[in-house]
Amino acid sequence: MRRFTWFNATSLTLGFVFLYMPMVILVIYSFNASKLVTVWAGFSTKWYGELVQNEAFLDAAWVTFRVAVFSSTIATVLGTMAAYVLVRSGRFFGRTLFSGMIYAPLVMPEVITGLSLLLLFIGIGLDRGILTIVLAHTTFSMCYVSVVVSSRLVSFDKSLEEAALDLGCTPMQSFRLVTLPIIAPAVISGWLLAFTLSLDDLVIASFTSGPSATTLPIKIFSAVRLGVSPEINALSTIMIAIVTVGVISASLISKRSVVRQKQEEQEAAQS
Amino acid sequence: MPQTVFAPWENPEEKPLIQFKNVTKRFGTFTAIDNLTQDIYEREFFALLGPSGCGKTTMMRMLAGFEQPTEGQILLAGQDMANVPPNERAVNMMFQSYALFPHLSVWENIAFGLKRMKMSKGEIDTRVHEMLRLTRLERFARRKPHQISGGQRQRVALARSLARAPKLLLLDEPLGALDKKLRQDTQFELMDIQEKTGTTFVIVTHDQEEAMTVASRVAVMDEGKIIQVATPDKIYEEPNSRYVADFIGDVNIIEGTARKVGEDGYDIAWAEGQEPFHAKTNRELSDGQKAYIAIRPEKIAVAAEKPEGAYNSIKGKIVDIAYIGNMSTYHVEIPGGLMIKAQTANTRRLARRGFTWEDEVWLSWTLTAGSVLEE
Repeated sequence: MRRFTWFNATSLTLGFVFLYMPMVILVIYSFNASKLVTVWAGFSTKWYGELVQNEAFLDAAWVTFRVAVFSSTIATVLGTMAAYVLVRSGRFFGRTLFSGMIYAPLVMPEVITGLSLLLLFIGIGLDRGILTIVLAHTTFSMCYVSVVVSSRLVSFDKSLEEAALDLGCTPMQSFRLVTLPIIAPAVISGWLLAFTLSLDDLVIASFTSGPSATTLPIKIFSAVRLGVSPEINALSTIMIAIVTVGVISASLISKRSVVRQKQEEQEAAQS
Repeated sequence: MPQTVFAPWENPEEKPLIQFKNVTKRFGTFTAIDNLTQDIYEREFFALLGPSGCGKTTMMRMLAGFEQPTEGQILLAGQDMANVPPNERAVNMMFQSYALFPHLSVWENIAFGLKRMKMSKGEIDTRVHEMLRLTRLERFARRKPHQISGGQRQRVALARSLARAPKLLLLDEPLGALDKKLRQDTQFELMDIQEKTGTTFVIVTHDQEEAMTVASRVAVMDEGKIIQVATPDKIYEEPNSRYVADFIGDVNIIEGTARKVGEDGYDIAWAEGQEPFHAKTNRELSDGQKAYIAIRPEKIAVAAEKPEGAYNSIKGKIVDIAYIGNMSTYHVEIPGGLMIKAQTANTRRLARRGFTWEDEVWLSWTLTAGSVLEE
């Protein structure tokens, strides 16, 4: 029996207040009727209405969404390939160096990554816009994907691939028909991770974006510098809602599949 | 109709299906297979038996094509296998972990290999059903591997590897994950299926009982070498070395020096002041050579009185009795402190047993009961 003591209750409350207080305030003030952020003047949804009419924000949102989809998709392909090589190829010349270099961007300060990408794009004469942001986001998010996928591949039973080869598959077919379907959950969560990283990246995007394309975080950041408007609160509330729904549904789906598998295994054991 | 014994290895005309020719396999500095030469014939059920790390799995993986020999050649039906990748070999393997594809149903698992061949949908259907019937899995065709029991998974793995009708089927510890009762049933099932399909089976196992039960020939391996290849009865009755005698079943090994007596008889002097043991062998030993007698416990008789006319008899004291139901094993200490195990069938009820601890008994055995070994 676990007892609910005062100590436990206090630490739980403190923890949650610390984590969610800022967000709760933001959500509450997004429904504020007053233009002044710090003065409560009654409930209203008018800032949401104004947000829908704000072309600049909508444009930025659309750019952000496209960048996130493209960059996370490319990062997933590259990251999965890198993870596969690292886990499967055994020892080859320069393996340690290669694996170290894959993970380096994880700990690299974003400012440095952004700056070096900017220099590269200027160097090769690439005009800054959506393309450059996609490339930059792919660069830093593919290592996250490769970490997620390789941790799944390490526990992957290698004899499954050997069985596929044994049953007449070429190595390519064996990857497509056996490996990929089995590691799919890891690949999908890698994609989701890359997607969210791309959504909320500010630093690298500000180095690599141009006048033609601005992402939502940049837009919000620059708007806030001119003063916090309730519109920004509304926008942030929407983003929180989207992320919450996404996270909850993802965890529900995975939990349900685990429960179902357990149930089926029990039935099999009984039959 | 004369019953012909299946023994293609004794027929010099017969062409072997598999030939290992001076095969050596090294992993770095470790030699897994050491200059090994061995023929395996069509329709054989060939068992590779040995402790873990003896190279038996490496041999199998070289046959499947997952490993390449460092030196030497492996021929399958006369063809050198050196540059043939696993997916182009007429060889299939049943994995120790079964390696069933978790995302596919039983039916799709069995059809997996067939879909890689140029087969029509109808042909695949027929073949999968044939395999399901052979392994009695019809009821489970739509289930996923995690929805069936261990014994059923084992049968799916077998059906999947047999579906492509390989020339050679490799079985890597196929029954290791099953409990004893199920394992014994499955052994007979395996033999039955092997006979029905006429496929050559090579099985890797560390379980000597399993190897003896299923195999037409057993190869006992140690440290990358095959120590002896023979039929199960030969391996048991006529081991060629102490290693084999000791690895297969229970055995008493008595060390001594040999002296030739008559045509093919030898006296083995085993202790100072004791009468030597007598044994027959067709091995040639020189006088004074070190030799060993290996005697199975069940070939030693236990009696209260000195048996009349026994070639070998020795008096000893019962130190321990292991009662295992159908059998009792007596541990008898003979002069010189040597412990001899003698086994008798319990044909009478335990209460009527003649001997008990500390009893003085006579052990005896015949001239041919023991094998004379040089090493």
